Amino acid sequence: MPLGGYMSGIFGRSPVDPMQEHMAKVYACASELVPLFNAVINEDWDTVEQTQQKVSSLEEEADVLKKTLRLNLPKSLFMPMSRQDLLEVLLSQDKIANTAKDIAGIIVGRRMTLPEVIHIDYIRFVQRCVDACKQAKKAINELDELVETGFSGQEVKIVSAMLAKLDEIESDTDHLQSGIRRKIFAIEKDMSPIDVMFLYKIIEETGDIADCSQRVGSRLQLMLAR
Amino acid sequence: MEVIIEHSTTFLILAAVFGLFMAWGIGANDVANAMATSVGSKALTIKQAILVAAVFEFAGAVLAGGQVTKTIRKGIVDAEIISGSPDLLLYGMLASLLAAGLWLLIASRNGWPVSTTHSIVGAIVGFAMVGIGMDAVKWDKIGFIVASWVISPLLAGIMSYMIFRSVQTLILNRENPLMYAKRYVPGYIFLAGFMIALVTLLKGLAHVGLEITALQSYGYAAIIGLILMAGGHFFIQRIKIDPAADKYFHYANVEKVFGVLMIVTACGMAFAHGSNDVANAIGPVAAVVGIINNGGVVAAKSILPLWVLLLGGVGIVLGLAMYGRKVIATVGKQITELTPSRGFAAELAAATTVVLASGTGIPVSTTHTLVGAVLGVGLARGVAALNLNVIRNIFMSWIITLPAGAILSVIFFFMLKGMFGG
Repeated sequence: MPLGGYMSGIFGRSPVDPMQEHMAKVYACASELVPLFNAVINEDWDTVEQTQQKVSSLEEEADVLKKTLRLNLPKSLFMPMSRQDLLEVLLSQDKIANTAKDIAGIIVGRRMTLPEVIHIDYIRFVQRCVDACKQAKKAINELDELVETGFSGQEVKIVSAMLAKLDEIESDTDHLQSGIRRKIFAIEKDMSPIDVMFLYKIIEETGDIADCSQRVGSRLQLMLAR
Repeated sequence: MEVIIEHSTTFLILAAVFGLFMAWGIGANDVANAMATSVGSKALTIKQAILVAAVFEFAGAVLAGGQVTKTIRKGIVDAEIISGSPDLLLYGMLASLLAAGLWLLIASRNGWPVSTTHSIVGAIVGFAMVGIGMDAVKWDKIGFIVASWVISPLLAGIMSYMIFRSVQTLILNRENPLMYAKRYVPGYIFLAGFMIALVTLLKGLAHVGLEITALQSYGYAAIIGLILMAGGHFFIQRIKIDPAADKYFHYANVEKVFGVLMIVTACGMAFAHGSNDVANAIGPVAAVVGIINNGGVVAAKSILPLWVLLLGGVGIVLGLAMYGRKVIATVGKQITELTPSRGFAAELAAATTVVLASGTGIPVSTTHTLVGAVLGVGLARGVAALNLNVIRNIFMSWIITLPAGAILSVIFFFMLKGMFGG
């Protein structure tokens, strides 16, 4: 027998906590890329494979969280943020983990190595992309505070500042990315064409980590604006 | 009327038993809806909620329950048309109690959002329409009551929206919300105490032997508000501020301050609920007692005996003590998304609306009013997720409850009439 009645029925399950949980998982997944590329540079293939396994299982865990969250967002839910924006944020978060998994997969599958001239730059690049993801996570962690303040006042300023920082980091990664590309362009004639093709792909996908993180931020910005 | 005089003791006992059962049901099931917001937001423990509910439901019922009781008792059925056959009114009121009680039992077993108020009003209208005649129902009054069922959640919603907006502007959106919370929360405590005390006092406590003028009412209400405010200030100063708690959620300590406020509004909510819903149980009892005391005549004027109000208050507390604890625990566990800063806004708006209705003698649904108030906070972007299906269910329950209560009461009416003859 359902006790008490319907007072409780009016409160839906808040999407905020699951959203933050998902982002934390995504960040954990993406941040594995730093040890992964370090191991690639050191040509420590055992570590590379182990790290790839870790990335892959973290991505799967994030996927489960994503599905549960989606199932718990019926259209009848009335929320202080638009359902559409929330789903878009989730999608961008999800794409970060997917990209990380993809990168790790290609590296292990092709036993890829990086040309020596870009070793130092690449680690800096990956680190910066992961920084962008971390910054996005930081902003998403403010979602409960945003709900508490009703998306207004001081809290909006705090989050806006975080998002400005995120944009800064993303633009850093763009510069790093074009620097690496220039260095590879100079030596690409001496390399196997297929290796070069995949190298460019890896560079692009690593950059995508920062791009998607920024997209998380810009969707959050839309929530603030409404 | 011979039937009435012959069986007066039987009728009196039946009325008291049915009324007590209905009050018991309100205490067991209905009170939980009023208290669950406080338990869910962890402003009160279950034990404290039971205590607050027992004291303030009882106080609300006995001190401010008179006006609505009067409406249920003689505001719906026209006393003049029925004056020739008081036995019909007597059967009808007993039947209404049985019908509403049974319908609530069915509804709560199925988890339907049915209101006690709607059940009893539907039941009384039902027996009057079929058992006596269409003219016996004061339709203008019924129209007014039904309109108030739409207006009360709306009014509570608008009020809670404005209250929560003011909380945002004054406290939450500032740079140092904790400081501002400590500064302004006592003001809200004053407001809560003042509003509820004022409405209660203005509408008179004549039936408990207190005659106060309007001006005196304002004065007393202000004094009550100030006393509460001082008490609130004292407790707020004693709150242990834990900076570590703010690391995870920056407003943890601010919410602690609102927790003090919510204790006050929880008391107000219980008081309001008692003042309006007790009538659903004892209004019909009062009608029966009135007829019997007047020797079988439907009296246009009769004073509500205090013992009837006490019966309602005791019934509610009994239900609460025997069964309500479990229900409050269950419902409270399901409401965890509501923090004290929102819960208080919803409760203050709902309690004020309901007490206002109680003072005017309008039977409204406390729970529906509270739902309206919660939605008001939601519209101010204050609640993470609200399930709008509930609103549809509430509308459905209106459409079903009125005829269901009416049909059941007609059946019981003819059964009683057949049993006692008339």
